Amino acid sequence: MAFIAEILFTVLTSIALFLFAKNLFKIRRNILIGKELSIKDNPTARWSNVFILAFGQKKMFRNPLVALLHLVVYVGFIIINIELLEIIVDGITGSHRAFAPFLGNYYTLLINAFETLALLVLIACIIFLIRRNIIKLKRFASNDLNGWPRSDANYILIVEILLMGLFLLMNAADNSVEFVISGFIKPLLSGFSATTLGTIEHTAWWLHIIGIFAFMNYLPYSKHLHILLAFPNAYYAPLESKGKMHNMVAIQNEVLYAMQPEMIPTEAASPEKFGARDVMDLSWKNLMDAYSCTECGRCSAACPANLTGKLLSPRKIMMDTRDRLEAVGKNIDQNKSFVDDGKSLLHDYITVEELRACTTCNACVEECPVSISPLDIIIELRRSLIMEESNAPAEWNGMFSNIENNFAPWKFSPDDRDAWITKA
Amino acid sequence: MKVSTMAEFIANGVQPDVLFWVGCAGSFDQRAQKITKAFATILDKAGVNYAILGKEEACTGDPARRAGNEFMFQMMAYQNIQVLNGYNIKKIVTTCPHCFNTLKNEYPVLGGNYDVIHHTVFLQELIEQGKIKFTDSNEWKGKSITYHDSCYLGRANEIYEAPRKVLESLDMELREMKRCKSKGLCCGAGGAQMFKEEEKGDKRINTERAEEARATATDFVASACPFCNTMISDGLKVGEAEKDPEVLDIAEIIAQAIQ
Repeated sequence: MAFIAEILFTVLTSIALFLFAKNLFKIRRNILIGKELSIKDNPTARWSNVFILAFGQKKMFRNPLVALLHLVVYVGFIIINIELLEIIVDGITGSHRAFAPFLGNYYTLLINAFETLALLVLIACIIFLIRRNIIKLKRFASNDLNGWPRSDANYILIVEILLMGLFLLMNAADNSVEFVISGFIKPLLSGFSATTLGTIEHTAWWLHIIGIFAFMNYLPYSKHLHILLAFPNAYYAPLESKGKMHNMVAIQNEVLYAMQPEMIPTEAASPEKFGARDVMDLSWKNLMDAYSCTECGRCSAACPANLTGKLLSPRKIMMDTRDRLEAVGKNIDQNKSFVDDGKSLLHDYITVEELRACTTCNACVEECPVSISPLDIIIELRRSLIMEESNAPAEWNGMFSNIENNFAPWKFSPDDRDAWITKA
Repeated sequence: MKVSTMAEFIANGVQPDVLFWVGCAGSFDQRAQKITKAFATILDKAGVNYAILGKEEACTGDPARRAGNEFMFQMMAYQNIQVLNGYNIKKIVTTCPHCFNTLKNEYPVLGGNYDVIHHTVFLQELIEQGKIKFTDSNEWKGKSITYHDSCYLGRANEIYEAPRKVLESLDMELREMKRCKSKGLCCGAGGAQMFKEEEKGDKRINTERAEEARATATDFVASACPFCNTMISDGLKVGEAEKDPEVLDIAEIIAQAIQ
């Protein structure tokens, strides 16, 4: 019976890690459902983006106060997890504060720093909860978040608060040590016997580590996955001008062959689908974008269409893409390979009205702290609408035929193109 | 006004230093034609050796591409690149940020490689080089102005400073709107919206932007895009104000101040 706690801990840790890894592989598989896209150029600039955009959170500092709070939670999260090492060693070997003898006075210093951070994280999370649920900031009150997404955000904050609370309680109940923040909780526990305190410490310790494992395994189902994917997403972020659209080589060639038939290769390439109707027609980067989205809504708050009451919300574009991808992933799990379910991202998840409202102004792309491009997906879906379905508003069809016949989007004679010179 | 075409230059056996890409709005839209004339006037007075394509110019394909019609875009791009390469064009200046973006960013991969400059950057260079001299009685001095960032100049190509520097060179008082530079609000015309009705909502985008411009209580709104110019002018017609600012392209302001 002596080692039962250690065995239990080891089994629990293994299960938690196994499930987490399994879900991560599933997400990887889902992302790779997307079309191939080779991003291998300029590694120096890409690593610099990882440091500046992901580690440095540059975009967050467009709003410095919120950025600071977010930074506290982020730094706290990473640094306090160093403590996890000791917890795991203690758990497996049955030791108590295994690192203390080795670090001596530094141990106290270290835990004091962790405790200070834990308190700051706790406060930041409370402020975030207030912003979401009491002040009800517009981007959090939006209909985009109705249902699960709104609860998801709150669960994460509440779990963070509980974890930090348990960490502090665990230290407070341990009379062999004295730390700066948990020291304030000690008086509240002064009435308890040593045995009760031991039980409180142990319970807090177990709940803390179980909480961390639960949180880890909740990640793949949550918007909170950005804590991992923000890094690769920053690495693979486009380096070129935001105004540049992806070239469609197939169509470029088709036009070339029409104009210069001598260029037609003897082996005709198989016709491809134009634009994207479903998630498998998007690139893997578009799909990784969808998993990286933390649904903060900075994109939609800056979107000219959204803020004038149109249906389009760039955040919803990303959420829809992820929802559809998850559905396709489940479909593959059940049927080994994808079986047509009569649905598609275009129409069933994202409507024509939403797509039509985009001004391609790049405000959503500019705002995104984790290098997502909702615009890229909008454009691909628009391409499918026009080129696969010939689905365009009448005015656009007029514009197309004007460009074709008069070389301008309006119905003017090409002969009058230089008429401005002689006009008064 | 005498404006020579590339065909005329070639016929005379000479090559201009720069091609002025006028764009469809600049060629046909009555309001934008004034911007075109203003910029041509500046080029003349600054002694720039330039040509236009004239009847050989065609839509770059920007609105078609952004609407989703890649075929139409590729056709226009093929045609334009044939013409531009045929004339051995090296440098292009344009008054339209949409043409600018397409020529600069989207034609290279299709075989069209040119040094493409937006007119606001070109104007800033001419001023710095001392090629543009202002009249002694600078009527613009001290007048208040707000600059509306075009999305295709700003976020798309990160040109924020040149247009502002041009205005400051006239000692104008520049007041920023609530949303400016990388946070600038779109006028509502991009992505081929210019050519269709807006989707239903609470408000038009250009009304929203015009209200922001009006809130700066300036004498003028400076634009650097013919489409933004139209959208904001129209937006200012909605609602009431004692005195609305006048919307002018940066080229029009310089043309009136130039010696």
